[in-house]
Amino acid sequence: MTQPDAATARNFDAARFRDLYRQMWRIRAFEEQALRGAKEGLVLGAIHPSIGQEAVAVGVCGRLNRDDILLSTHRGHGHTLIKGAAPEAMMRELFGRDGGNCGGKGGSMHIADAGVGMLGANGVVAANIPIAVGAAHAIRLRKESRIVCCIFGDGAINRGPFLEGLNWAKVFDLPVLFVCEDNRFAATTRTAAMTAGEGAAARAEALGIPADSVDGNDLVAVDELVDETLQEVRAGGGPRLIVARTYRLTGHTGADPATYRPESEVATAWEDDPIVRLAATLEAAGVSQDDCAALARQAQEEMAGVFERASAAPWPPVGHAYTDVQDTGSPEERPW
Amino acid sequence: MVKTSYLEASRQALAEEMRRDDTVWALGEDLGRGGVFGQYKGLVDEFGPERISDAPISEACIAGAAVGAAMMGTRPVVEMRFSDFALCATDEIVNQAAKARFMFGGQLGVPLVMRQPTGAWRSSAAQHSQSLEAWYAHIPGLVVTAPATVADAKALLKAAIRCDDPVIHLEHKDLWAFEEEIPAGIDAAPLGAARIAREGEDVTIVTWSKMVHTALEAANALTDKGISAEIIDLRTLWPWDREAVYASVRKTGRAIVAHEAVLVGGFGGEIAARIGEDLYDQLKAPVRRLGAPRIPVSYAPPLEREYHVPAERIAEAAQALAARG
Repeated sequence: MTQPDAATARNFDAARFRDLYRQMWRIRAFEEQALRGAKEGLVLGAIHPSIGQEAVAVGVCGRLNRDDILLSTHRGHGHTLIKGAAPEAMMRELFGRDGGNCGGKGGSMHIADAGVGMLGANGVVAANIPIAVGAAHAIRLRKESRIVCCIFGDGAINRGPFLEGLNWAKVFDLPVLFVCEDNRFAATTRTAAMTAGEGAAARAEALGIPADSVDGNDLVAVDELVDETLQEVRAGGGPRLIVARTYRLTGHTGADPATYRPESEVATAWEDDPIVRLAATLEAAGVSQDDCAALARQAQEEMAGVFERASAAPWPPVGHAYTDVQDTGSPEERPW
Repeated sequence: MVKTSYLEASRQALAEEMRRDDTVWALGEDLGRGGVFGQYKGLVDEFGPERISDAPISEACIAGAAVGAAMMGTRPVVEMRFSDFALCATDEIVNQAAKARFMFGGQLGVPLVMRQPTGAWRSSAAQHSQSLEAWYAHIPGLVVTAPATVADAKALLKAAIRCDDPVIHLEHKDLWAFEEEIPAGIDAAPLGAARIAREGEDVTIVTWSKMVHTALEAANALTDKGISAEIIDLRTLWPWDREAVYASVRKTGRAIVAHEAVLVGGFGGEIAARIGEDLYDQLKAPVRRLGAPRIPVSYAPPLEREYHVPAERIAEAAQALAARG
């Protein structure tokens, strides 16, 4: 039996968390439809589901303002959706269709939505970190008040750009919230087996960047910590890092059966599903199970509609293969 | 006309563009102290340390930060110190800067300039001497510039800064001290327009960067042998000025492509192949390519010299071509 999370005792805003519950379900339902799309051959390239990690996306991105800047990863559907991207445009992008966020030219790993400050998921692990600090550098140069949030996985902390980017953010005292979304697997290998020392928080602290860790499946706790930390970043306190520890309930990609971990481990992890946990918390706060079920259904219906409309969307015009490459020396006609 | 060095011309270009557009800023190692070659000398006094920004020795982060800052509407000028060091930022250049605009469906531009001091210079040896322009010309999304003259050191850098695409700007280290008289008020050059460095009738020599000067030396020697060489300085390698090259080759019927970079896989191969494909029936002789042997650059001067195509080799190749047809 899942117990309500401890934070319920303190000023729990049930109406707000009721909506955040729905937001977690929107991510879950979007990805369930995306996996269905992969199975039916509508999603063409790899997709990296974040099922089980929704509390991190909602807890972090739900606290960002629309004009704040977000950089995400190959496992970024949830981050992007909560930052405000339209799910139908995202699903069209996954299906490679016209009207996708990137016109069908990027796919799941390369969704950006400049209109909501989302500067891109990234197909290269840790590559978003230097880009994030550069965005923050530009914010500083332009004397703007918004901040940058950079989410990466636990696997990213073993790449050089993690060190280079965190050092940069600290040296220039930039307004960046780094979030290490620790789902315990770097692709198909346990991160712990490939990581020396104490991990992301210890590495950040070694550079003088304050770091906090949180149970990434406890939305109430993530939301609270992100709120506090963002206030410090917004107040000019320089970069901060949060490690949100969660568990990737699916394989690395939609096609990965994840047989490298025992079924019992995964079964235990499902009991810790952040959606189930928040439902218990909401129930303890007086929100009925029926109400929660209705919110889930609402999200599922929304994403089922998204699936239907995206699958009916046309392919992009072939000529778009040649556009947006560059202005100067733009591509010539087919050379064959 | 004012006698100016290639280095000073590049310094003027950046200063003028920074005065013209306050979104332009520079970042790289040691910029506050004037840059490793002095090409940023005094700029921090005028523009301050935020716009002439020092950076840690973190080439990947310098380049990646420039991508992010460019997406946010600034125009970063990235200093890579030596073109060889830019290899530490290959992902940021190739996978990020060059791809972002396309991959994101045109939502985000990356108007950055990456200055890469390039080429062999004074026993700098294997890790500080390379010419890797062919790699960048190969990557869709990038513009590649390579000034040979003092005027172009200024005009092409100004153009690169104003360009909305990411530009790899290759400044030859052995030209920093080169001086020429240039007119005051040089403006941005059009990108993709070659320059006829010398007019001639018998053979076309297509070249760029420092090799333009070697080709001019060869052309002078050829005059004594009654051969008139036309030299095309490409100035930009992507896009390269096919029309200018073709017009010259149509006139002469003979073409040499000469570059400092290693011949194998060099950008000369692309130009030679295009000439061969498109102008086959107008050629009096096969296209010749001249470039470095496929060896790393040495430290010891007699060995380092083996890397360089000397003017005599260009002249010999031109003579051999002129003897045909």
